Amino acid sequence: MKALRALIIGAGMLLVWQAIVSLTGVAHYILPGPLRVVRAFVANVDLLLAHAAVTGAEIILGLLLGCILGCVSAILVASFPPARRWLLPVLVVSQAIPVFALAPVLVLWLGYGLLSKVAMATLIIYFPVTAAFLDGLRRTEPGWLDLAHTMGGSRARVLRHIRIPAALPALSSGIRVATAVAPIGAVVGEWVGSSAGLGYFMLQSNARLHVDAMFAAMLLLAVMAVTLYFSVDIALRLALPWQAEDTGSTPQGSD
Amino acid sequence: MSHRSEGLQPQPYRADKITRASSVHLRAANLDYAGAPIFDALDLTLPAGQTTCLLGPSGVGKTSLLRLIAGLLPDADGKVTDDRGQGISGQIAYLAQQDLLLPWLSALDNVTFGNRLRGESAGTEAKTQARGLLAQVGLAGREGDRPAKLSGGMRQRVALARTLMEDRPIVLMDEPFSSLDAITRYELQALAAECLAGRTVLLVTHDPLEALRLGHQVLVMAGTPARLEAPLVPTGQPPRDPADAGLLALQAELLKRLTRAKMDHAP
Repeated sequence: MKALRALIIGAGMLLVWQAIVSLTGVAHYILPGPLRVVRAFVANVDLLLAHAAVTGAEIILGLLLGCILGCVSAILVASFPPARRWLLPVLVVSQAIPVFALAPVLVLWLGYGLLSKVAMATLIIYFPVTAAFLDGLRRTEPGWLDLAHTMGGSRARVLRHIRIPAALPALSSGIRVATAVAPIGAVVGEWVGSSAGLGYFMLQSNARLHVDAMFAAMLLLAVMAVTLYFSVDIALRLALPWQAEDTGSTPQGSD
Repeated sequence: MSHRSEGLQPQPYRADKITRASSVHLRAANLDYAGAPIFDALDLTLPAGQTTCLLGPSGVGKTSLLRLIAGLLPDADGKVTDDRGQGISGQIAYLAQQDLLLPWLSALDNVTFGNRLRGESAGTEAKTQARGLLAQVGLAGREGDRPAKLSGGMRQRVALARTLMEDRPIVLMDEPFSSLDAITRYELQALAAECLAGRTVLLVTHDPLEALRLGHQVLVMAGTPARLEAPLVPTGQPPRDPADAGLLALQAELLKRLTRAKMDHAP
């Protein structure tokens, strides 16, 4: 049913798109119809896939790096409370600077290749992962900590056996958000300066008024992003089977 | 009495497991909350190997007193010692109103959780012991289930098994049965009394009948700052039969004391 609904919505949007193009008679270099885009896709399929591989690698490497750095920072901040005071302002400032403004500098420093785009994606992913995981680590059910205290657990073991596992659902929401924004980082990097990738291809096509090819690249990017998101979503669900079934703890004490 | 969904079989009590429980002495407890004194030089002794039940109006400080004894109130003053004058951390087990089971662990792993938290072995030997305890609380066959698959009563049974696994001479319980339905509560009271016999137990509760069923002595806490009245001492060994005439008479007396305590507590 869900798949059918998605199909109907997709088909409906394509129809509206084609209708606008046919009825207004707009020039194909302003708004190409869906058929024209499909033809452009087929004509450029090898080139598109080659560029897509580059962008895909940038996104996945950025995602991995951003998640690892985010997790490490969150655990560090959670285990050494003074680190919170030092690191949190850095975190907030890192988000206050728009990534778009940083992109040219990163290209200048790291070159036109893969590295500057991975750095860009990492930067954009780092914050949601750190913030979500840190939030989860700081919101451990107080009753569990009381229990751990009476059981005689060291800080490190409480972190490892209670706080980190308890924060995994929060981390997984952070990773979901990160997965959704990761392609933005990579593509912005490609727009600013690159020699390969779907962003580079779109920029080139646009400059030559090959708007149909640009749309084809855009659609491919969208398909990649959606596939990545759902793969990550399913993987996270499988990794945390207890999250979906947990109906919450019994009510809070009253006294 | 056909409503015994979580069948209760009496299990032999393993007296060999317990080193002689000590009394617990709380001296000169002081605690302020928002500028008002909750405790002012409060003293309390939990007699060795007995269950002490603590009742009182909401907000009078019952839970605070239990937490103070558990070492969970760093801001409070007061000396908590055993008979030898030593501190009691490392001798206590804690059972709260919430079962506090970890949702990502199976029932069995929840029971052995203390071992892992202390970096001790949670291997075959510990697992065998945990299986035995789960069987003792009537959960044989449910070892692999995560808490979400268990009913509220079953979860509190797992929590009880975890408490028994800790095998501490002093057990502090904060309304452990209050979120359960009447029949499940009735069954679990008997089970807990049986499993925890011989230990020094403090049970904070709202339920006068529960206190009279399970307590060797029953204390009412009242006033600001809180004071403890002279204990009520029901006759016979817990768990007592709730139909016992003497117990019902004591319940009337206890309700009277609680009503007075509540009037006392109201501003």
